[in-house]
Parts: sequence; structure tokens; C-alpha cells
Amino acid sequence: MVTFLQQVLNGLTLGCIYALVALGYTLVYGILELINFAHGDLVMIGALVSLSLVRALQDWGAPLPVALAGGLVGAMGVCVLVGVALERLAYRPLRHAPKLAPLITAIGMSMVLEQGSALIWGRGYRSFPDLGLTHSLTLGGVVISPLQGVIVLGSLSLLGGLLWLIQRSALGRAMRATAQNPVAAQLLGVDTERVITLAFVIGAALAAIAGLMVGAYYQVAHYTMGFMLGLKAFTAAVLGGIGNLSGAVLGGILLGLLEALGAGYLGDWTGNLFGSNYKDVFSFATLILVLLFHPSGLLGRHAPEKV
Amino acid sequence: MIACPPRFKFPWMLLGTLILPWVIEGLLGRGWVRILDFALLSVLLAIGLNIVVGYAGLLDLGFIAFFGVGAYAYALLASPQFGVHWPLWAILPTGILVAASFGVALGWPTLGLRGDYLAIVTMGFGEIIRVFLNNLTAPINITNGPQGITMIDALHLGTWSFARPHRLWGIPLPALVGTYYLFLLFVLLALFLSRRLEYSRIGRAWMAIREDEIAAASMGLDTRRLKLLAYALGAAFGGVSGGLFAGFQGFVSPESFTLQESVMILCMVVLGGMGNLRGVVAGALLLAFLPEVLRPLGGWQQHWFHRVLIDPSTLRLLLFGVTLVVLMRWRPEGLLPSRARAREWHTS
Repeated sequence: MVTFLQQVLNGLTLGCIYALVALGYTLVYGILELINFAHGDLVMIGALVSLSLVRALQDWGAPLPVALAGGLVGAMGVCVLVGVALERLAYRPLRHAPKLAPLITAIGMSMVLEQGSALIWGRGYRSFPDLGLTHSLTLGGVVISPLQGVIVLGSLSLLGGLLWLIQRSALGRAMRATAQNPVAAQLLGVDTERVITLAFVIGAALAAIAGLMVGAYYQVAHYTMGFMLGLKAFTAAVLGGIGNLSGAVLGGILLGLLEALGAGYLGDWTGNLFGSNYKDVFSFATLILVLLFHPSGLLGRHAPEKV
Repeated sequence: MIACPPRFKFPWMLLGTLILPWVIEGLLGRGWVRILDFALLSVLLAIGLNIVVGYAGLLDLGFIAFFGVGAYAYALLASPQFGVHWPLWAILPTGILVAASFGVALGWPTLGLRGDYLAIVTMGFGEIIRVFLNNLTAPINITNGPQGITMIDALHLGTWSFARPHRLWGIPLPALVGTYYLFLLFVLLALFLSRRLEYSRIGRAWMAIREDEIAAASMGLDTRRLKLLAYALGAAFGGVSGGLFAGFQGFVSPESFTLQESVMILCMVVLGGMGNLRGVVAGALLLAFLPEVLRPLGGWQQHWFHRVLIDPSTLRLLLFGVTLVVLMRWRPEGLLPSRARAREWHTS
């Protein structure tokens, strides 16, 4: 039972990070019907930038909260710039091109971001500075680190804030209108290009936060880390119903739980033949199964292709 | 807008390709003939990916996985790993079958969905296959994990081994040149099949799907079956290339099959011109030689700046990314476009 609860907690932590990244995919997809392959790489950039900044600020003698805040703000700034540049350079010029074109530029940009980061941070694994949040709490045998608490509470409040923004604010209304029918929204005075840029800005900022979290959680960052993370977050978005914000959150948390429990228990059941070394396979199998049996996802509506 | 297949300038082209390895060996040395052999395998891969991306207009981002499947099929059927040593003519069809089945299995879940999903599923598969190759060592050791499989039988037909030099009518035939002719045979066969497909009923149906899937379906085309056929055929070409690669190199490991390789093949097809065989072959040859062209850059940097600022392999991958973005923006039809394809890109 204790193991079970421990795995649930670990899965929840992981799931919250997936959810933050999945929101970036789903925001852009909801509006542009475009899979932004380079989104995972934004998380990687967020992790590496915050790693460098936190380390530099700590070396400079700044106390931990200041260093963390500095790292977070810096990473968000860089990611937002990269995200907007991505949209301007790679996606906007191709808005009316055949569907294949933005997919190809997306994979091209992903390559550029990865190799560019390899140039800046090197090809090796970079260890994340020790945040000193090691005073773990033990609740009935379940070990909770303060970092896990920060990740779960932080991402849930961010998700709440985002849902409020989309459902209640004027900007959110403009975004929903653009997603529903860009031409009609434009006729009614919505600056759709601005809305699209904002979707990238929000997605990139969330990716930066997720990058800091994932870097601090695993204490390591690497220029290719965005790939698998992006694939899992995309799976989460599809599982929840792509284009649906609450769906992305639900999908992320479910996928995190599935991965933690699957890796934990399948290994035990099969005598470690099929354990955590296959954990990346679980999310992929989930993606295939969802696409096969319920491609609109848990909360998504079936959207027939428009002619 | 279907024209007849353009006439192939057969004798001159063929003569040129036949004497090419001798010229290269004379001018640049034997090392370059080996590079040329590998380049032919890339051409074979690019021809395969062109069926999926160029003809059917679907994006496959994990194409190298089919190459990997073919390579491991050869490695397992002709090495001491299981102690079996099948002949080439039995392995290659097996590899084709296995790779094509993987192609169908991956394409199947995305059939009713937008093309983007195929891209992400194949991209995921390209990574996942490495997880399996790295871990299928227990309960029985199939893939030998990260160390890969070594001591793979050399390519041979009967008693004729392509790993050894021969003497034909008194003329010495180096092993690498013999291998070149074997690979060339496969490339020519692939070109022939691909061209026949392009102008067949199936090829025209693919083109219709590419231009407008809904319209194609309303005209009575069975789009699901046609798309599956494209995945399967593309994967089959990848499988053949992988099998030849394993036999040529004598060694396979999971590290040869990464996303970067998939992007490189995509880049070959896009750069040359999606849907046009001549362009695809040119693009594949161009990019296959790129690492060799960039290699001296490391030494020059060392010489001028006393350290390597940007190592050639990073630069190569950066160039792939930039090429894809720049081409899609300004010349989506590629350097040597097919006429139909160029028209499509510029009218939509």
C-alpha cells in the first residue's frame, strides 16, 4: 500500500509536468490545428537556461529563492522569445501553404534548437544545481520531498489560472473565438494574429516553468531531453482530447500515473524483465491505443475534417 | 495532369554510373568508394521515403526505424547470434516483409486521422524501436542490447562474396567496387519500380490523395488502402536498404538509428524535390557526401582559432534543420521539382 501511494505521488508529480507541456501543444493545436514539434525543445531550453542562471546567481552569492526566481524569469523570457521567433519564422509564413509544409519546418526548427543548444551547453549531461530542498517529509511511510509539493501545487495553480484566463477573460474569449472560426473572429474585430502569438507566448512560458521543474526534479538537463518529454506531453494532450485545456491536464496526470505505476508494478510482476527500462514504451503504447480506439480523447469532441 | 513517363537517357547515364567507382578510386582513393557505397544506400532510403512523402504526401518522421528493422533482420538471420546463416535472397524478402508489416502497423492507427498524427506516431516509433533494441536481451538475448550484433555474414551470393576482391576476365575487381555494383543494381531496380508506380493507377491515386484527400475519397478511391500501401512500400525500401547496410558493415547497433538520421533522409527528399525521382537521387547524393565535405572544417578551426568552435557533425545537423525551414519558406518544391508538385505548392 505504501509503495502504491508512493508511486501515485511520483506519478502525480510527473503528470503535473506533462500537463504543463501538454497545454502548450493543445493551445496551439486548438487555434492553428498545427502540431508544434519544436515545443518539447522549448522545455529543454527552459531547463538549460534556468540551470545556467541559477548556478550563476548562486555563485554570485544570491540566496536560493532569489536564484530560483531569477532562473525562472530568465528561462521564461528566453523561451517566450524563442517561441515567438518560432512562430514568426517557421509557421506564420506558411499559414496558407499545404499542410505538409509547417510540419516539415517544425521538425527543422526542432533540429535547429537542439543543435543550437548543443553548441551552447555541450553534448554532455549538465547537472542541475542542488536546490537544498531535500528535507523530505514522511507521511505514513510515503516520502514527500518539498520539491514535489512545489511542483504539484505550483502547476495546479498555474493550470487554474490558465483555465480562468481562457474561460473568463476577454483575451480568452478572443482565443476561443479564433479557435472556433478564425475568419468570423477576424470579422468581429479580433486581432487573430495577436491571439496566435499569445498562444505561443503562453505555451512557451509554461514550457519554461516545466523545464525548470523537470530539471530540478531529475537534477539533470541535456540538449535532447525535450524530445521524449514532448512526445509524452503530446500523448497526454491527445489522451485528454487535443484542443481541450482541461483534457490536457487530465491526460497529463493520467499519463504520469500510468508511467509511474506501470514502471513500478510491471517490473515486479515480470521479475524485472519488463520494468522501468520500458517506461517510454508505455506512453507510446497509450498514444497508439488512444488513436486506434478513441482518437478524439477523453474530453475532446469529435471534429469532422472541414472541407 | 499526367504526362507519359519522361524518356530515360539510358545508355549514357548507365555508362556513367558504371565507370564512376573507378574514376572515384583513381581520383580520390579507395575511402571514397566506401563513402559512395554508403551513399547508394542513402539513395535507396530516399527513394523509399519519397513514396510516402513525395507521392502520397504523408510525413514520416521515423523512417530510419524501417532501415533499422531491415538491418536487424539481416543481422539476426546471418550471424552467430542465433547461429543461423541464411542466404541473401532469403533474408532480403524476409526483411522487406517485416519492415512492411511495421509500416502497416504504424500507419493503421492514423488512417482515419489527419496526416499530422502519422508524423508523430512514426517519430515516436523511431525512438521506441531503440528502447526495444537496447533492452531485448532478456529472457532470451535477441538484440544483444547496446553492444549490438557483430560478426554479421558479409554480403554474398552463393560462393561469390562481396567482401573480397575478385578477378573478372583478368581485370581486378576490388571488393568495394563489386559492392557498388550490387547496390547500384538495387538502386536501379528501386528507381524502375518507383517510376512505374508513379505513373500507374496507384501513383495517380496517391497524387489525388495528396492534393485533396476528401475529394479523392469522394471520387471513389479507397484512401485507407492506398495510404497503407504507401506506408508498406516505403518501409519495404527502407528494409532492403537496412539489410544491405548490415551485410556491408558487418555490425549493427541501436545507435545507428536515431531521429537525426530520419531527419537527414527527409532533408534529402525535400532538398531534391519531393515526388521527383531525379531530384530525390540528387538530394540523397548531395547530403550523403556532406559530412565528408564538412570534415576538414574541424581542422581549419583548430588551425585558425586554436580550438574547434563548432564541430562538423553539429554543423551538419544544424544545416539540415535550416535547410528544411528555408526550403519550405522559399522553394518548397525543392531544387529539382516535379512539375505537378511545383504547381501544387504554388497554387494553394
